[in-house]
Amino acid sequence: MPLIAEIAISVLLVVAGLFGLVGSYGLLRLPDAMTRLHAPTKATTVGVGGVLLASMLYFAVNGSVSWHELLIALFLFLTAPITANLVAKAHMHREMSQGELPDSDTGRVWATFERPGAPIAPVLTSAAPVESAKS
Amino acid sequence: MRRLFPHPFLTLTLIITWLLLVNGFKIGSLVMAVILGTVIPLLTAAYWPDRPPLRNPRAVIGYVLLVIWDILMANIAVAKIVVFMPKAQLRPAWITVPLELTSPEAITVLAGTITLTPGTVTADMSACGRALLVHCLHAPDPDAVRDDIKARYESRLLRIFA
Repeated sequence: MPLIAEIAISVLLVVAGLFGLVGSYGLLRLPDAMTRLHAPTKATTVGVGGVLLASMLYFAVNGSVSWHELLIALFLFLTAPITANLVAKAHMHREMSQGELPDSDTGRVWATFERPGAPIAPVLTSAAPVESAKS
Repeated sequence: MRRLFPHPFLTLTLIITWLLLVNGFKIGSLVMAVILGTVIPLLTAAYWPDRPPLRNPRAVIGYVLLVIWDILMANIAVAKIVVFMPKAQLRPAWITVPLELTSPEAITVLAGTITLTPGTVTADMSACGRALLVHCLHAPDPDAVRDDIKARYESRLLRIFA
């Protein structure tokens, strides 16, 4: 393996490790649940991303291109926001009330605080009319 | 054609994903990928009442690059705040982002983007789907964050999704 590739891979691994460490440190240091949520969801995307890049580079230099890392990154990007959203919603549900949050300016409350009996009717529309009902 | 491939983008995504999973290109895996790309959209068609209204597929690439760049910058910014900023100076804030986007797919992409980028997490949506609740790690000026989200991401998504 050429020296330049070794240096690049090492730099990627060290930078990724540093971001992972900062993410974990933030979890320890920030004052409350919502702010703590920020540190690991952010810092670990670059932390994991750096390790994946290093892995791809290593295998590319050694003559066998590997594509699995792209999929890992893709699935991480798809799942990280959902995890954060669920943690945030659970926190709002248990610890907060509508009064502590800003108004939604739409005339409806935030979805977490909807009463169970109220109709679940998000008036989301899409451009094309729904065809499945007809056929 | 339309009946066989009700969701061309989903078919394409499945084919590419399968080839990446196989980790190498062989004719056999391409055949398998095309079979899966045809069968899975047909079997799951009931959950996709209409296709995601992609108006400008080419703009997606620009959007993805922009978001990756922002994630990198976000990480440096958040790392600085986590390591150096004294707790007393931290200004966390809840902000309301009114939405102009209406399709569920577009709103999902916007919410995911907000969570992945600088010190902001999408926490909830209003019950009618017309506003997002966003938590900021450090926002001395919450209105600026809201305007930034609308100008930087939502305007681009409005161009991508019909």
